[in-house]
Formats: sequence, structure tokens, C-alpha cells
Amino acid sequence: MTSSSDAPGAPDPGANGERQAGSYYGREIPYLPLNDYPGKLIAIEGTDGVGRTTQTQLLREWLEVKGYGVVETGWTRSPLMQPTIELAKSSNTLNKLTFVLLYATDFADRLEKEIIPALKAGFVVLSDRYIFTALARAGVRGVDRQWLRNLYGFAIAPHMVFYLNIDVKTLIGRILASRGMDFWESGMDLKHGDDIYDSFRTYQSKLLREYASMADEFHFRVVDARRTVDRIQDELRRQVSAFLEPADRPAEPMLTR
Amino acid sequence: MLNNLTQNHEYPGKLFVVEGIDGSGKTTQLGLLAKWLTAEGHRVFVTEWNSSVLVKAATKTGKKKNALTPMTFSLLHATDFADRLLYKIIPPLKAGMIVLADRYAYTAFARDATRGVDRQWVRELYSFAVRPDLALYFRVPIDVSVDRLLARRVKLKFYEAGMDMGWSSNPTESFRLFQGKVLDEYDDIVKEFGLEVVDARGSITEQQRLVRMRVAPHVQLNQVDGPPGEIIHDELV
Repeated sequence: MTSSSDAPGAPDPGANGERQAGSYYGREIPYLPLNDYPGKLIAIEGTDGVGRTTQTQLLREWLEVKGYGVVETGWTRSPLMQPTIELAKSSNTLNKLTFVLLYATDFADRLEKEIIPALKAGFVVLSDRYIFTALARAGVRGVDRQWLRNLYGFAIAPHMVFYLNIDVKTLIGRILASRGMDFWESGMDLKHGDDIYDSFRTYQSKLLREYASMADEFHFRVVDARRTVDRIQDELRRQVSAFLEPADRPAEPMLTR
Repeated sequence: MLNNLTQNHEYPGKLFVVEGIDGSGKTTQLGLLAKWLTAEGHRVFVTEWNSSVLVKAATKTGKKKNALTPMTFSLLHATDFADRLLYKIIPPLKAGMIVLADRYAYTAFARDATRGVDRQWVRELYSFAVRPDLALYFRVPIDVSVDRLLARRVKLKFYEAGMDMGWSSNPTESFRLFQGKVLDEYDDIVKEFGLEVVDARGSITEQQRLVRMRVAPHVQLNQVDGPPGEIIHDELV
């Protein structure tokens, strides 16, 4: 994404990596200024079935044992929008633009009511998926990328973004061994054909390319997700503690003198 | 950046928009315009702000719990608008029909900015919209609007009155404060997007005469040879 540089006088401040971690990516929400706040925002990103949720849960437990307050948030989980999105998915009335906007509404709701209050209260916020999933899915569906970045300009740049990276072949093996292929994760709405396997492979390959193209722009910390759950978790913990500990070491009780 | 809203569209149909606050009389004027165009032999498609089935559900939940923030209010309406644009506005335009829209993206620019959403962000959000061939803004002083609504014994709606802002617990007073600021926003929008202003204090007939005068250059009149005209409302489709 370089289009913000092609208007030298007035760059479009949208979601891109130039903003500092912890602040708004682009045009801020004027009535919600972000001054110094004690919390940290950590996003765990990656495509469907890559193991994000498992890693997020393990990270949460570990952080809580270490004494950090943790708030978890995930995609399409806002009380406001969840019923609507489910309804829309089950019917066939959604076009790509309304889909994008419904997801953005859901995100705005969670940002204002969960994420920002938790950050101000000093929690570590773990986000299972963040705006990058929305950007990738919409980008694959041909929605204008600069428009998407402007739209999500009100998102907060996470302090850390872990991207669980996988190749499509390994992904297919994992999906088939666990829960099987689902309509949306296979991009069947894109009508690549009736064959769910072919559609899954084509769609996920495109998604993976779309994620990869965002890696530099949004400072992804790329994690090799082909490894075992434990190996991946070790790497996440190492990086998270290197980031959290120097600044904010929780009080450890002195048990012995 | 998309710039559909600032570039002319290439559809064979025509898009005419009326804008203004509640009580400005814009819906009355739109109805009379539709009648006239039909009598001239046109098929006219009428569409209203906030009429999509999909988003009604979510708005209802949000309103019931009084749970919409300015940002989610803005995004929900943009979702609704996108749905309406793609299913109800663009197809008739492609078919060469006349589309009359009761409120358009400018309503969002005015309301959302009044609620404290970033002005430029909302404009970029709606940059996928089709530029109207003509947008008429019915400018009315706040007192006239309030008097009209009260005379009709209209119950002021929660969000229309800006009650979510907590500026006043009295609906009429809140409406006055909120829509007063909306009027200021419209003044800037008129200049920025070239809306044509109609003085909404005038008589209904006088306003309609001005409306038809402005619409006339955009449409063919006296289409006596073709099939008879008709009005199609989007809720019925």
C-alpha cells in the first residue's frame, strides 16, 4: 500500500503502519482521544484454521499466571452485531460492501466498548483476529484497498501483531484432519466453482497472499505456524515477555530472604 | 481513494435527491415531483433513507438498548446505504429509470459530524456513492421545522432529536439543539458538493414550481408516445 504517498500535499490518513503503536492508525475518533494509557494491545492474526484461537487461549493463561489482567476480544463477537452478521451469513442478501461495513460496525462497537476501556484500565487486550482479516477478505473480493484503509483508520495500531504464517498445503491437511471445510472459509460466495476443495485452495491461497502483502506495512511479527502448538506458543511467550517485562514487571512476591 | 461522489455517473438513468432536516417539507416535495414526472410518462423509483430490511434488525437492537455510539450509528447507516445503493438505486439507473432518493449520503455527513464523528472520515466512507444528477436542499430555520412537527403532533424520534447526545432530556429542546447544529453542517455541505438550495419557508406550490424548474433540464418531458409512467416505492419491491 503506497497510495497514501501519491498525494504529497494531503496524504490520506488511513490504516497503515506509519502511525505509532498504541495510537489510531488514521483519522481518530474525535470524541475518544487516546492519551497515555497503561494497557497493551496484542493481535493474533492468521487465516482460518491456523490455530489462532488455541494460541490466544494459551497466551492468556500464561499472562494471567504471571499476574497480568487479560481481556480477550474476537471478530464478530460484539453483542450489537453478532445476530445481524449471523443472519446475513445464513441468508444470501449480503454483497461484499455491506459485508465489509457490517464487520467494521462490529469492530467499532468492540473497540469503543471493550478494547479502549480495557486499555485505559491497564489490561493486556488479546485480539483473536484484528482488522487485517477484514482487510484480507475484502481485498480478495476486490474492494478498493485504499478505501478499506481509510475505513479502518479509526482502529488502534496494536503494540504487537503476531501473524501465524502457513502454506496452503499444510493448512488443507489440518482443516481436513479437524473440522472440515466450511462454506465461507472456502470462499464459496466467490463462485470459483462447485467443488469445495478447489474453491478452498484457490481462496485460501489468495487470502495468504493478501496477508503476506500486509506484513511490512503493518509490522507483522511473522510466526511459522507449521510447527507444533508448543513451539509456536514458546515463541509468542518469548516475544511477549521481552516486550512487556522491561516496561512493566508485575510485582513478584519475595518468598525467601 | 474512490471519487464516485465527485464524478458524474455514466448510467442512462437519472438520480435526484432531496435533503433537509425533519420538518423541512422535503418528502412532500419529493412526492409531488414523482407525480409530475409520472404524468410526463416516466417510470419513477422512490427510495428512502433507512429502509433496508437487513439493517433494520440491528438498528432496532441498538436503539432498544440505547447502545449505538456515534461511530456505530454512522457505520450502520453506511451499511444500510450500501445495500440500498447496490440493490435499489443502481439497477433502476442502469435500466434508464428516474430514481428519487429521500435523503442521501449528505444526511450522514451532516448528522454524523454533529455527533462528533470525523468529517473527512465520513466523506471517505461514502466515497462509493453515486453522484446525484441533482441534489436539492430544503433549507428551513429550526423554529419553522419544530413548529411544523409539533403542529402535526409528530412524536420526535430518539436519534432524530439527538437524544443520544444527552444535551437535553426534553425531546423538543434536544431536537432544537441537535438539528440546529445539523443545519450548520448542511451549510458547509451545500458549498462542498454543490447542492441546490430551496427556501423551504415558501408555500408548497411555490417550492414545487422551483423544484420542477430545476429538474426539467435533466429529463425529457411530454413523453406521450411511450408506455404510461408509474411510481415504484422501494419497500414494495
